[in-house]
Amino acid sequence: MSGGLAIAGLVVSLGGRDVLRGVDVRCPAGTVTAIVGPNGAGKSTLLRAIVGLLPSTGSIALDGDALAPLDRRARARRIAYLPQGHEVHWPLPARDIVALGRLPHGAADPDRLSPEDAARVEAAMTETEILHLADRPVSALSGGERARVALARVFAAGAPVLLADEPIAALDPRHQLDVAAALRRRAEAGAVVALVTHDLGLAARFADRVLVLRDGRVAAAGPPEEALAPGVLSEVFDIAAYRAVHEGRPVLVPWA
Amino acid sequence: MVAAGRRRLAIAALAAVAVALFLASLGIGPVRLPPLVVVEALLGRGPETSRIIVAEIRLPRALLALLIGATLGLSGAAMQGLLRNPLAAPSLFGAPQAAAFGAVATLSLGIADALSYALPVAAIAGAFLSVFLLLAVAGRNAGLVLLILAGLAVSSLAGAATALAMNLAPNPFAALEIAFWLLGSLEDRSMRHVLMALPFMAAGVAILWSRRRAFRALTLGEEGAQSLGIDVAALRLLVVLGVALGVGGAVAVSGSIGFIGLVAPHLCRPLVGYDPARLLLPSALAGSCLLLAADIAVRIIPSTSDIKVGVLTALIGVPFFLLLIVRERRRLALGTLA
Repeated sequence: MSGGLAIAGLVVSLGGRDVLRGVDVRCPAGTVTAIVGPNGAGKSTLLRAIVGLLPSTGSIALDGDALAPLDRRARARRIAYLPQGHEVHWPLPARDIVALGRLPHGAADPDRLSPEDAARVEAAMTETEILHLADRPVSALSGGERARVALARVFAAGAPVLLADEPIAALDPRHQLDVAAALRRRAEAGAVVALVTHDLGLAARFADRVLVLRDGRVAAAGPPEEALAPGVLSEVFDIAAYRAVHEGRPVLVPWA
Repeated sequence: MVAAGRRRLAIAALAAVAVALFLASLGIGPVRLPPLVVVEALLGRGPETSRIIVAEIRLPRALLALLIGATLGLSGAAMQGLLRNPLAAPSLFGAPQAAAFGAVATLSLGIADALSYALPVAAIAGAFLSVFLLLAVAGRNAGLVLLILAGLAVSSLAGAATALAMNLAPNPFAALEIAFWLLGSLEDRSMRHVLMALPFMAAGVAILWSRRRAFRALTLGEEGAQSLGIDVAALRLLVVLGVALGVGGAVAVSGSIGFIGLVAPHLCRPLVGYDPARLLLPSALAGSCLLLAADIAVRIIPSTSDIKVGVLTALIGVPFFLLLIVRERRRLALGTLA
């Protein structure tokens, strides 16, 4: 597994406090990694450092090549990032928001997309089932629709790495499952997918690997059965869980 | 793509209105000239008196209204794009006041006369300092309330400093001459004034125009834009520089004219589907229309002495701003207008 994202000794300090204190993690291409942990464990910080939004020390490499020497735009072509909350400041039509995903590839004007850019935008909107909303201003969409527009934007980028910060928070169960399945398909198409989530059940079911963070360090990492073992849950989260297996996938429901 | 057609139509209509107002501005004054005579005079034909009136007396004034209006409209749209806020505008942040102080200080200290290039340079420095100071004080992700409070402080400071410079002016006549920077006007300007302001305004407009795509990316917030490859820190500096060049260059020859940068983008936003990148061109055109119209109005409104155009734009602009606040009140209260 030489392909994929490899992070070693990652340290991030914010305001004099070490938020990440030496994180090592590998996210192979073609897999989904769920990043979980209590509030303040450094989950979002980890994603933001990988995107390049925060200064960090340590190494971040994609397919063996360090990301640090790349300029912003080159990095943006490799990593698509879905921030928490899907903030959109102006009521642009949904299609124009999705087309922003092609900006790192030089698609500056949503009215004059190249055939490839247009095809990627169209495909991403089809995949997230928002084609019928294309001309609607995002301000007129429901929370679930907006989340799918945001997801389509990162899908349209076609980047080898896809990082999503709580992509399913505030979605109803149907949309949670749809979004998780869409991310899973991206991984199966060969992308590195990593998402931050508080939903341990979803992490157990959809992720190939789970990274458990606590106080800026890796508390556990590995397949869901290992990384979310009873010992880890009680130590890191102070909870127990009901466990089962359904359709070949682990089922995990936090319980007490 | 229907929207694209509608947008082009709106831009063409704005341009047509600007041209019509430009011609009207050349025709209106103590001697009224019909549009046909104005066009003839511009082409160097027709009676000599009308040629002199149009080309030498009224053309500089109309050109300045056109160019300054465009600069202020575009600066406002750029500022709103950067801050992702429809209530942001250079005049609310004290930029014209600070630019006026720069100009007044050079005059009262006797560094330069009113037609020297030192004047726009000082005005630009004043505007740059004020906007830079404002963004530094208010912080990276400042909400509107913070920005307006900081802007209020900056404009008060600039106003006080200007008053001090007037007190220190060498003679009462100089003080009177200085006072006109506080009330923007386009009266009695020559081509010399146009040439003095043009390079700076053109540079500012070029800088802001070149960054228009970044404003669209900023729709996703600063981190969203950054993750798309936009250098947000560099963008902020460039916008501050572009606004300072534009506003400073304009103030150096017209004095402080406010609210064009607030009103013009707001009127155009629905025409372009709220896209901050597409907003720049129509805002510039609408800015030209507004200032040309205001400058025509001050000549038409009957009064014993001339009304200053800056007074008129403020008289219209402030109630407009209050109306905007009322309309945005709900969102402001909810804090979503970060």
